[in-house]
Amino acid sequence: METITSIRPLLAVLVSLSVTPILVSSRAPNVREAWTFVAATVKFLIVLSMLPAILHGNEIVYTLVEFLPGAAIKFRVDALGMLFALVSSSLWIITSAYSIGYMRGLKEHSQTRYFCFFAFCLSATVGVAFSGNLLTLYLFYEMLSLATYPLVTHHQDEQARRSGHKYLLYIVGTSIGFVLPAMLISYNLAGTLEFSKHGFLAGTASKPLLGLLLFMFIFGFAKAAIMPLHGWLPAAMVAPTPVSALLHAVAVVKVGVFSIVRILTGVFGVQLLSSLDFGTVICYVAAFTIIVGSLIALSQDNLKRLLAFSTIAQLSYIVLGVALLSPKGMTGGIVHIAMHAFGKITLFFCAGAIFVATGKKNISEMLGIGRRMPVTMAAFFIGALSITGVPPCGGFISKWYLVLGTLQAHQVVFLVVLLVSSLLNACYFMPIVYKAFFCPPKEAMFQNTVQEAPLFCVVPLAITALISIILFFYPQPFLRLAIMMVQSITGT
Amino acid sequence: MEDIVQTVVAKYNYWIYITLMMMGLYAMIAKNNLIKKIVGMNIFQTAIILFYVSIGVKKGATIPIIKALHGHHEAINPAEYMNPLPHVLMLTAIVVGVATLGVALAFAIRVYNRYNTLEEDEILSQIRTKTEEI
Amino acid sequence: MSTQYPALLVTIPLLSGFVISAAGWLNRRLCFYIAVIALAGSAFSCFGVLLQVLQEGHVTYHLGGWDPPWGIEYYVDYLNGLVLVVVSTVALVNLIATKRSVEEEFQEKIGPFYTLYAFMVTGLLGIVVTGDAFNLYVLLEITALSGYGLLGMGKNDRATLSTLNYLYMGTIGACFYLLGIGYLYIVTGSLNMRDIAQILPSLYGSKAVLAAFIICLVGVWAKMAFFPFHGWLPNAYTHASSAASSLIAPLVTKVMIYVMIRLMLTIFTPAFTFSVAQLSKPVVWLAVAAIVMGGIFALAQRDLKKMLTYIIVAEVGYMVGGAWLGNRAGMTGAILHILNDALMTLCVFLVAGNIVYKVKGCAFDDLKGLMRKMPFTMGAFVVGALSIIGVPPTCGFFSKWYLISGAIQAGQYAFVVALLFSSLVNVVLFFRVIEIGYYEPAGSHHGHEHHPEPMDEAPLTMLVPLFIVAAGLILVGLYTGDIVNRIIELAIPNGIV
Repeated sequence: METITSIRPLLAVLVSLSVTPILVSSRAPNVREAWTFVAATVKFLIVLSMLPAILHGNEIVYTLVEFLPGAAIKFRVDALGMLFALVSSSLWIITSAYSIGYMRGLKEHSQTRYFCFFAFCLSATVGVAFSGNLLTLYLFYEMLSLATYPLVTHHQDEQARRSGHKYLLYIVGTSIGFVLPAMLISYNLAGTLEFSKHGFLAGTASKPLLGLLLFMFIFGFAKAAIMPLHGWLPAAMVAPTPVSALLHAVAVVKVGVFSIVRILTGVFGVQLLSSLDFGTVICYVAAFTIIVGSLIALSQDNLKRLLAFSTIAQLSYIVLGVALLSPKGMTGGIVHIAMHAFGKITLFFCAGAIFVATGKKNISEMLGIGRRMPVTMAAFFIGALSITGVPPCGGFISKWYLVLGTLQAHQVVFLVVLLVSSLLNACYFMPIVYKAFFCPPKEAMFQNTVQEAPLFCVVPLAITALISIILFFYPQPFLRLAIMMVQSITGT
Repeated sequence: MEDIVQTVVAKYNYWIYITLMMMGLYAMIAKNNLIKKIVGMNIFQTAIILFYVSIGVKKGATIPIIKALHGHHEAINPAEYMNPLPHVLMLTAIVVGVATLGVALAFAIRVYNRYNTLEEDEILSQIRTKTEEI
Repeated sequence: MSTQYPALLVTIPLLSGFVISAAGWLNRRLCFYIAVIALAGSAFSCFGVLLQVLQEGHVTYHLGGWDPPWGIEYYVDYLNGLVLVVVSTVALVNLIATKRSVEEEFQEKIGPFYTLYAFMVTGLLGIVVTGDAFNLYVLLEITALSGYGLLGMGKNDRATLSTLNYLYMGTIGACFYLLGIGYLYIVTGSLNMRDIAQILPSLYGSKAVLAAFIICLVGVWAKMAFFPFHGWLPNAYTHASSAASSLIAPLVTKVMIYVMIRLMLTIFTPAFTFSVAQLSKPVVWLAVAAIVMGGIFALAQRDLKKMLTYIIVAEVGYMVGGAWLGNRAGMTGAILHILNDALMTLCVFLVAGNIVYKVKGCAFDDLKGLMRKMPFTMGAFVVGALSIIGVPPTCGFFSKWYLISGAIQAGQYAFVVALLFSSLVNVVLFFRVIEIGYYEPAGSHHGHEHHPEPMDEAPLTMLVPLFIVAAGLILVGLYTGDIVNRIIELAIPNGIV
């Protein structure tokens, strides 16, 4: 394994930052949108260009500025980071297309501000993916929090204001209150913040202190929406749907969970966690979130809120998988980052398409909509299958590995948790699909003429649904990257 | 008891200056009238100036001015003269005190022109009613 | 020429003050340009001195050719080299940025204003560059008197009374400092800082030395508005004119912090300050009180400038607490924060100045819809806010890093909690302002295109310096490693671990 030094990680981050002035100064909306596409494509291509090196087992490193030994602004591209960066950059292209359809369809205001801050968010997300140490991760994590604020409060009404408060309170409050001191204590203990294969905190402190640090990190990264710090996510659903889609189903929450994975693998390390029995504790916390999240989702009528609670539960799958500390479990958790992304974004796209076409937000008002918007609801069905973990959708792969992981770790209780939650997923998704397609004509709330959402909305969701299916048959490169990452950590 | 009396008597200059300083501070803090505050400030500064000058004093020494004796090139005996350095420093401090006094009085005149009173509580109540009106 | 830099950086502004005063009578429009040339010359000298220090380790200058300890000596090492550059640059940038607002606010009194400005800068630079304890008192009072004049001028009625209250506290502070120097003179017979430092160690056990230390400290604390002597600062800075407050707010308190650090490290060496004096714990607790109290009072304010002044009170708490932690990390944090806080405070006060220039007020009600009307100003405000909150890569994050690290190492967990609390309070404070600027004043627009308010930004002479400062916040943050390793590390004597 060699370490290559290349400026490409920095470029990948800067692409979307540098396009912002052009976006601001564009006169025509079409020019602005075109530039967004250009930036998204360039970003994706830069990320893709680094993939072969990573698949060969190498790493790409770039140090921007070092300010203390072991604490620098440094990029390192490894398998895990590559997986996340691929997911987010590819989905940015698709979401930009969707945004055009959605924002124009609803004649939303301040679109330039929207596209600019979207670009910032993607910069920050790729920055997190490619962080080489905890300081850089923290930097981009904060940047993401601040860049998403104008997007969450886009509508600028009273509800948006309150949600913005909640968002800031949960996310910035925990990152400054928990992560910052934990990071500084870790630096004082270990003298470095670099992510290492075996965790840099190994052997530096006593069990209670390490336990406290772990607690501060896990709950400090509130973007992972682990209960009880999940409240911001349903509140953030007031944002326009493309924001909810990319950010809350893919980028923001995935950044949170990605950070936790980095903490567990790069800061604490598998050996340390298993020797201190911390893995099991985290598993229980994650399991609680999974079950309770799914249960609350059952009771929701607003489609986006239901999807939000579903996301809360699904994120804890990832945490559970990694906390199991068994190779198959960790693989399952990591690859679920990708599988969940494609599935969930499909579902959010559908929710938004329904809103654009009919103005409806609640499930109770969507009886019979399948006849009117067949493509959308078909995609919804596929997305739901993926989240539930049913073949032939990608979600099945990650669930399979997770199940094997629980067996490998001899923790049958979590196997039960996984099965129960799958059942609950089916319970809240399938009725929606059933009622959309199979309700009697007199209960249908819509006329039978097919009136899909605009093309810019429908094509992206069809694409992501298709990808979900393709990922079942060919889960590369995500599965390969996940397996490589786990191998490098556990040495198997 | 003997020791305390001894200390007080031997260092009476310090005790006087401390008393003066406290009087000045008290006036600045407790008095309501702006001019009285400024007077207190002056007392406080003067006490410090006197303190400094007093530390230069020596037993049997005279003021530090050499008689002009042209052609007289004998070495002088420093023990005969008081320490001139504190005097010099305090010249500066006196000037600073005067300048500060001037600025303070200028401000007091402006305050009087605006509020027609020099009592601080009256000024504050005028400010409060003005802010309430807004 | 280059050997004269230490003297030039003080003399140029001093002499220019008189020239400006004359120009004020003859042709008012010249005043600004003379001031710019003078401050630019001074800044150039400061940079020159810093470069010399980086090469040689320290620079000394004997005024009038008299040898110390009889003559006054100017002594520049890494610590004051850095502070000199900060002070002169901030003064120059502020001068250029506030040209328009000075013209508008003072009209016929431009001459006196710029004269006092020049004298103030003279005083500040003199305080930093001098190596003589009494000379420091003189320059302290020059700064103070110019400051009183600057703060008391202007259209605001309340400025006079607030400045008078500042005058009382400032005079008490300076007199206490003078008294302390008197004590030191009694026991050592010298006024030169380094000379005193050499004579003192044999006298560490004496009560007079301890008394001198505490009295000097109290005096300096009164001048820097350290809790509980902070009462004068909010009123004095809020009611002053924009140009005066954006000069004085970033600089005066920081220079006083520098004086305190000089007292702690150079005159009374670290051995005395931390081992003999045993004051660390109470002082750090006072700093905690300053930070918490500053934050809470800031939350209660409805006026932008007043809110910012309470934030200054908290920032002073950061620096004093950091210096008194007793370890390298804390001291590094305090010194780094001198640089960072000067920049951050300048940034936000310039923003307040821009807002007052355009909107004629900066209460929260005046800020509605400013994000649209003045996007560039508010953009710089966001950068300043991020720095005060402590978000990387702005400079504020890095000084917080050192302060928190130092507190962890020293076991002062109350200070850690206070710093984190302060960051969170700052998030609330600044996002409140940003929110008010973000939401339009009247009418709502649920998802429909509407005609946005036209952009009505401040003029370029006000915006360009603001951008430079905002960019500086990020650049200084990124280059923290260099600044710490090349300058600050070397400024802290080896006595501190």
